[in-house]
Amino acid sequence: MTTHNAKTVGTPVNRVDGSAKVSGQARYAAEHMSDRTPLIGWVVSSDTAVGKITSLNTEQAEQADGVHAVITYKNAGTLKPFSKPADESRFTQSRAVLNEPHIRHFGAPVALVIADTLEQARYAASLVTFTIDGEIPDLLTEFDGATQKPASLDGGFEADASSGDKPQQSDIQASINETYTTPSQISAAMEPHATVADFKDGKLEVYCSVQIIATAVEALAITLEMDAADIVVQSPFVGGGFGSKLGLHYDATLACIGARYLERAVKVVLSRRQVFYNTPHRGHSIQKISLASGDDHALLSVQHKSAMPKAKGYEFAEATGAGARVTYKSQFIESTHRVKDVDLPLIDSTRSPGDAIGSLAFESAIDELAHEAGVDPLTFRIKNLPVVHPMKGTRFTTHNLGECLRQGAQNFKWQHKTQPTPGKQIGHGVASAMRMNVLVESSAEVELSATGEVTVRTDMTDIGTGTYTILTQIAADTLNTSVDNVTVKLGDSRYPASCGSGGSFGAASSGSAVKKACEALIANIKSSLPPALSQAEVQILDGQIKLVSIAQGDDDEVSSPVLLANFMSDSDFPISATGKVSEDDTSDDEQYSCGAHFAEVEVDEYTGEVRLLRQYGMFSAGQILNMKTAASQIKGGMVWGAGYALTEGIHHHRDTASFVNPDFGEYHVAVNRDIAEVSLDFLQEADYAASPVGAKGIGELGITGAGAAIANAIYDACKVRVRDFPITMDKIIAGKN
Amino acid sequence: MQPFTLHHYNGEKPLSSLPLDTRSRFLAGGTNLIDLMKLQVETPKTLVSLAKWDKANTISEDDNYYYIGAMVTNSDLAKFAHTQPSLSLLAQALLSGATVQLRNRATTAGNLLQRTRCYYFYDTTKACNKREPGTGCSAYDSMNRIHAIFGTSESCIATHPSDMAVAMIALNAQVHTQQPDGNTRQIALRDFYREPGETPHIETQLDEDELITHVSIKKKANGTQYYHKVRDRSSYAFALVSVAAGLKIEDGRIKDLSLAFGGVGTKPWYPQKAISVLEGAEPTQEVILQSAEAELSEAKTFGSNDFKPELLRRTLTKVLLELAEHQVKHPGHEGALYDNA
Repeated sequence: MTTHNAKTVGTPVNRVDGSAKVSGQARYAAEHMSDRTPLIGWVVSSDTAVGKITSLNTEQAEQADGVHAVITYKNAGTLKPFSKPADESRFTQSRAVLNEPHIRHFGAPVALVIADTLEQARYAASLVTFTIDGEIPDLLTEFDGATQKPASLDGGFEADASSGDKPQQSDIQASINETYTTPSQISAAMEPHATVADFKDGKLEVYCSVQIIATAVEALAITLEMDAADIVVQSPFVGGGFGSKLGLHYDATLACIGARYLERAVKVVLSRRQVFYNTPHRGHSIQKISLASGDDHALLSVQHKSAMPKAKGYEFAEATGAGARVTYKSQFIESTHRVKDVDLPLIDSTRSPGDAIGSLAFESAIDELAHEAGVDPLTFRIKNLPVVHPMKGTRFTTHNLGECLRQGAQNFKWQHKTQPTPGKQIGHGVASAMRMNVLVESSAEVELSATGEVTVRTDMTDIGTGTYTILTQIAADTLNTSVDNVTVKLGDSRYPASCGSGGSFGAASSGSAVKKACEALIANIKSSLPPALSQAEVQILDGQIKLVSIAQGDDDEVSSPVLLANFMSDSDFPISATGKVSEDDTSDDEQYSCGAHFAEVEVDEYTGEVRLLRQYGMFSAGQILNMKTAASQIKGGMVWGAGYALTEGIHHHRDTASFVNPDFGEYHVAVNRDIAEVSLDFLQEADYAASPVGAKGIGELGITGAGAAIANAIYDACKVRVRDFPITMDKIIAGKN
Repeated sequence: MQPFTLHHYNGEKPLSSLPLDTRSRFLAGGTNLIDLMKLQVETPKTLVSLAKWDKANTISEDDNYYYIGAMVTNSDLAKFAHTQPSLSLLAQALLSGATVQLRNRATTAGNLLQRTRCYYFYDTTKACNKREPGTGCSAYDSMNRIHAIFGTSESCIATHPSDMAVAMIALNAQVHTQQPDGNTRQIALRDFYREPGETPHIETQLDEDELITHVSIKKKANGTQYYHKVRDRSSYAFALVSVAAGLKIEDGRIKDLSLAFGGVGTKPWYPQKAISVLEGAEPTQEVILQSAEAELSEAKTFGSNDFKPELLRRTLTKVLLELAEHQVKHPGHEGALYDNA
């Protein structure tokens, strides 16, 4: 018989929802079985980027077999105009569609056809005819086109920042001045956006795929002009979000409009092509970087200037310059961001906003400067590491970039290259990763039954990252019980509001809330115990809640346990408590997760084809809560980084402001064969200044810098520097010729 | 998807009993046609399912030929070709295409008749002469990275996407068909596809009511073989440039060459001009580049595919030099250049 419960935080506990997921028991939004069989809605999409609907004929569609309604701006019901009110956040502002004859972007919904079956709805949708009086769409085509200074950047960064004085020309020994471009990108979550909405007696129940529940409720209340108390949102399983599900999108708005119109359950699942237009993407970037170094390879000047598009009426600009501001110390640092309002679908967070594409450019530029200066790029990075924040002079809670680079290089065997096969060239690349950490307000409740079962509730989501598992571990460890004894319930707006999943803040914030709830529960229990037991440890084992007094001494002598049942009656159960974290629970010092990425590539001398041989990363992100889920998440980020470096990009059709390749056949996310060995290690160091559980964010750490390490390895292999991502073979060949 | 009528053909009753016309389509594996129907790129009124046509799902051979049934899946054909050293090129090409799941469904005849993956053919909001004759070509002066450089016209610059067909062109496969009147035809695959000209919607020599029954490939030694597919990711992507080549060297000279290009032509490309330079020549880099230049003399590029001639030169050079080196080291070798290909 087990006599104690081993601590699980930090160990590779298997996913508690794993078997449900692999056996089809975990129901995603589109699979939700509601009490009433949902009708199926199919979106009719605009063929024009921007303009006004001048004619719209739905008669034929309405008469088609199985059709219950065709909803357009003429009959969609009460809706708050899109992106109003202005003082709400972008995730709570109205997500209205079909509220006006104005079309904001190509592929936007013109109508929703609701029928008994998908086939009927899709066919009837083809019978809806319309004309749009189109205008010439605004797009960003050159750096100087972006003249607007955003009020602030994602992550709360200022649009412009500078520190120090420009170096004297005579002090400069090496410099570079280059322009890097990254293409528009899509989150590409495996699960397409889908919603089942049911409207009954003035109440709305919504099953959708969303990363943050609480703001989704507010957004629906504002969009539909309903009372938030009449709306329940559930999202127990999310098949990948990557930023594209931070807020709700048109599938949700349309399903709710349809459900309200028919007083029925309505399901809307976006097709993959519709996902490209009806959910956000990342804008393309033009980044101008100038760097200079002086004596002993000290960085003297860092200038990073970014131009990106911004979707009209939607306040989002990403901080591509964040890395340039914090990664290396430099006498002079300047970083600016400009945007241009464009007529494109929503532009929003996509897989590590700011840092993913900022690091592609900036860490390539650092590499270029190191080569220009004639120094090993790893050595160059280590020489220029900061002790305090390079611009503000403020302290870091912890800062382990140097250790990541040094230990990582050892483990990777930096510059000990695989022997090339004939006709191939091998290269090694390195890049640094710095990802800001934040703690976001989050609440949870925990309940203990008389027989010792623990139930945790929070409206937190698990977007495939392992939230169910880590919250289970934290609750089990704090309450001295086993993970089997804990049930975590997520993704329901009736549970305490959490931070949600996003911005790398989910695990530390929601985990700390669960920890505090469990600590409050223990305090509740102790408040009803005699003083002699006030120092006892609560342990839950074999269906019993025990109080164990641990004597102070070298032997940790354990007295025989006392049962809690001696002091409480069954009617006192369940005992519950809530926990909440806020900014008071975290330090004002600079908080960053750090990482060093390494890559080995092989480039074909003739065709310029690149093959990854291995990717390796060394990371520091405070306490790692679960070695398995954390490693998997970081590996996923490294794979996305490979996609950014080598394959991914939306091609724009300029005349119509549409996407040329809006499907997975032609938008090339990396596939299994593109990826070789991916491995990593963590530097273990709990950072309790950052969060009560000692953890910092890892969600976006894996992708930040991963692509740049590959770009730098390609240069090392074939001496071709490609600054226009992704690095495809035609660009390498052009560089060779 | 538009409503349609479903018929079945099992090879027993005559084709003439079916309502075949311009709005009918034979349905084999469905991996391409059904997708196109969902997007309303194809809007047939009649589908004739071939799922029960068991006789066409066999591979046979005699002393002179391999006979591959129309309904043999790409997976089954790859598995068979893998066991035949002289068909290695075909196995390599098949395995470089699509995914296991798609190859398990896709058929030999269906693969030959798959439609282009031109972005604008798929996007019904864009003009496309292949999808809707007379509407124009959206690719001609827009993003056209994946488009053709050989056999193009002002009406259409879309590529044929098949890998299998490229290998079959190199191996001089023959297409066998059946017509409603009971007649059969044999068409060399090298003559089977039509260049777009002003009628890009007509892609082959087939009549609308004509059915492919099988493909035959003559048994002969093809030397060392390599299908090299250059693409934007290493799997599940169509070729930007592919080179299918089987090479035999005797006395330091090219004795026999099977060669075709994918990803560069409006049809799987048979490079006659390159072949005539190469045959009988010493396989030096200079000669190979001369052969590429001969073929490329008629190439036309359209902006975002300007890189293709150089990529073709380089890919052809790599493939032929590696094949020649192997033939010199292993005289008389028959089979794959790389075992794991």
